[in-house]
Amino acid sequence: MTDGLAAVASLSTWVARHGHALVSTAGHLGRHGLATVLTEVVMGLALALPLALNVLVRNVRDATGDFSEAVGLSVYLKPEVSEQKARQLTKIAAERTGVASATLITASEALAEFRTQSGLGTALDSLPDNPLPNVLTIRPAPDAASPSQLEALRSYLLAWPEVDSVQLDRDWVLRFSALLELLRRVVLITALLLGAGVIAVVGNTIRLEILNRRNEIEVTKLVGGTNAFVRRPLLYAGTLYGLLAGLIGWGLVAIARASLAPAALRLAAAYGSAFELRGPDLTELGALLLTGMALGWLGAWIAAARQLARIEPRTA
Amino acid sequence: MISFERVSKRYPNGREALTELSFEVHDGEMVFLTGRSGAGKSSVLKLIALIERPTRGQVIVNGDNTGKLPLRRVPMFRRALGVVFQDHRLLMDRPVFDNVALPLIVTDTAFREIEKRVRAALDQVGLLGKERVAPLELSVGEQQRVCIARAIVSKPPLLLADEPTGNLDATLAAEVMGLFRRFNEVGVTVVVATHDLHLVRDSGLRQIVLDDGRLGSSG
Ligand SMILES: Nc1ncnc2c1ncn2[C@@H]1O[C@H](COP(=O)(O)OP(=O)(O)OP(=O)(O)O)[C@@H](O)[C@H]1O
Ligand SMILES: [Mg+2]
Repeated sequence: MTDGLAAVASLSTWVARHGHALVSTAGHLGRHGLATVLTEVVMGLALALPLALNVLVRNVRDATGDFSEAVGLSVYLKPEVSEQKARQLTKIAAERTGVASATLITASEALAEFRTQSGLGTALDSLPDNPLPNVLTIRPAPDAASPSQLEALRSYLLAWPEVDSVQLDRDWVLRFSALLELLRRVVLITALLLGAGVIAVVGNTIRLEILNRRNEIEVTKLVGGTNAFVRRPLLYAGTLYGLLAGLIGWGLVAIARASLAPAALRLAAAYGSAFELRGPDLTELGALLLTGMALGWLGAWIAAARQLARIEPRTA
Repeated sequence: MISFERVSKRYPNGREALTELSFEVHDGEMVFLTGRSGAGKSSVLKLIALIERPTRGQVIVNGDNTGKLPLRRVPMFRRALGVVFQDHRLLMDRPVFDNVALPLIVTDTAFREIEKRVRAALDQVGLLGKERVAPLELSVGEQQRVCIARAIVSKPPLLLADEPTGNLDATLAAEVMGLFRRFNEVGVTVVVATHDLHLVRDSGLRQIVLDDGRLGSSG
C-alpha cells in the first residue's frame, strides 16, 4: 500500500521532472526554425552516407551470391609423378587445416573423360603417352576462403617438388571479394568519421544553446538546480536532434534507392537476372535511429559537461 | 548558523574585497550588513550563498565549511537558503510565475503544490495577479519584489537579501522590511545588506558594519 503510493508519487515526480525538460526541449527546437532544419539536414546526410554504402555493399553481395563454394584450386602435378605418389599427395592435402576436400583426377581418368567429351575417340589412341598430368582439385573450408588464406595455400602447394603449377579458380571472384572487403572497411571508416562529425555538430549546437541560455542556467543553479537538472533538457534536445537526423538520413537513402531502382532493374534484366535493388531493411533503420540518438546524446553530454563546469563557484 | 573566521576574499583581478573578516550570525537572528558602496557587503553575501569561495579563512553556514564543500553538494546547500540578489537575476522573458516557481521546479515539487506556494509568495509581496506578466513589463520596484517572492517561495531557513529595498519607496520598503521581520519571527535567519541607514536605525536590530572589507565600528 505504502509502496504503491510511493510508486505513484515518484511516477508523478518523474513525469513532472521530465515533462518540464521535454517542454523546454521542444521549445528550444521550435525557437530555432531554419537553423534547426539546416543542422538536421547536414546530420541526416552524415548518417545517410554510411547507410547508403552499407545498403550498396549488401545489394552487391546479394547479387553475386556466396562465393566461397565457387572458389577452388587446381594443382597440376609434374608429368613424371606417378599415380601412386599423386594419391599420397592428395591425402596430405586433404588433411591440411583449411582444406575442405581434395580430390584427385588421375591422368588416365582425365584422358578418358576427354576422349568421351571431345569425340576424338580413337584418334587419341595413337598418342605414344598420355599428355595429361595428374590434377588435384582442392576446395577450401568456408572459413578459410579469404583471398589471403587461399594465396597462402597456393604458395604452400607450389613449394612441393612434385607440383608443376597451381591455378586459382576464378581469380576475378577473389579480386571481387577483396574489393567488397575493402568497400566494407570504407563504410566502417566513413561511418566512424561521419559519426564523429555528428557528435561535433550536435555538441556545437548544444554549446551555443548553453551560451544563449547562460543566464537561465546560472539562475537555475543559484536556486539549487543540479547539473543533472540543467543537463536533462539538453540531453533530450541532443537525442531528439539525432533521432530526427536518423529519420532524414533514412528518407534520403529511400529516395536514392527509389530513383536508382528502375535502372538497376534494367541492368539486371540485361544480364538475365531477377536481381532487385533493395532499400534499407528494418534492422538497418533501427540501427540508424539508435545510432543517431546515441550520437546526439553523446554530443550533448560532452558539450554540457564542458560548459556547465564553467558555471560553478570558483575556488579562489 | 553563519560564522566567518578571519575570512579574506581576493577576486581574480587581484582586488581584495574582504580582509580578515570575522563575525557570527546566530540561528533565528536578523541582522543588517551595512557600509559604504564597495565596502564588501555583496561579497559577504556571495560567500554565504557559495557563489564565491573564501581565499583565506573559513565560512561556516548551517554547519558546512563552504570552502571545502564538494561541488556535487552545492545544490543541496543552496536549497536551504533564499537569496534576493542586488541585480535581481530574474529571467526577464519568462512570466513572473515561472521565475518564482524555479526553486520549487528544481526540487521536483508537484505542480499543484508549486501553484499554491507561488500564489502565496506573490501575495506576500503584493503582486498577486501578475503571474502571467514578464518581469520586462514590470517596474524596477516590482521586479525587486518578484525576486523577494522567489527567495521566500521554498520557505528556506536562511534568507539573504542584497539591497532589497533599493528601488522601493519608503512605504514599500517598510512593507518589505515588515515581511522579513515576520519571517524572522517564525524562526528564519535573515541577513539584509543595505545602505538605507534609516531602515536600520528604526529596526533596532544588530548591524554588522563593513569598512573597506574589514569590520567597522558597529552602530
Ligand atoms: N566579481 C568581482 N571581481 C572583481 N572585483 C569585484 C568583484 N565583485 C566585487 N568586486 C570588488 O570588491 C569590492 C567590494 O564589492 P562588493 O560588491 O562586495 O561591495 P558592496 O558593499 O556590495 O557595494 P555596493 O553597496 O555598491 O553594492 C569592490 O571594490 C568591487 O569592485
Ligand atoms: Mg553590493
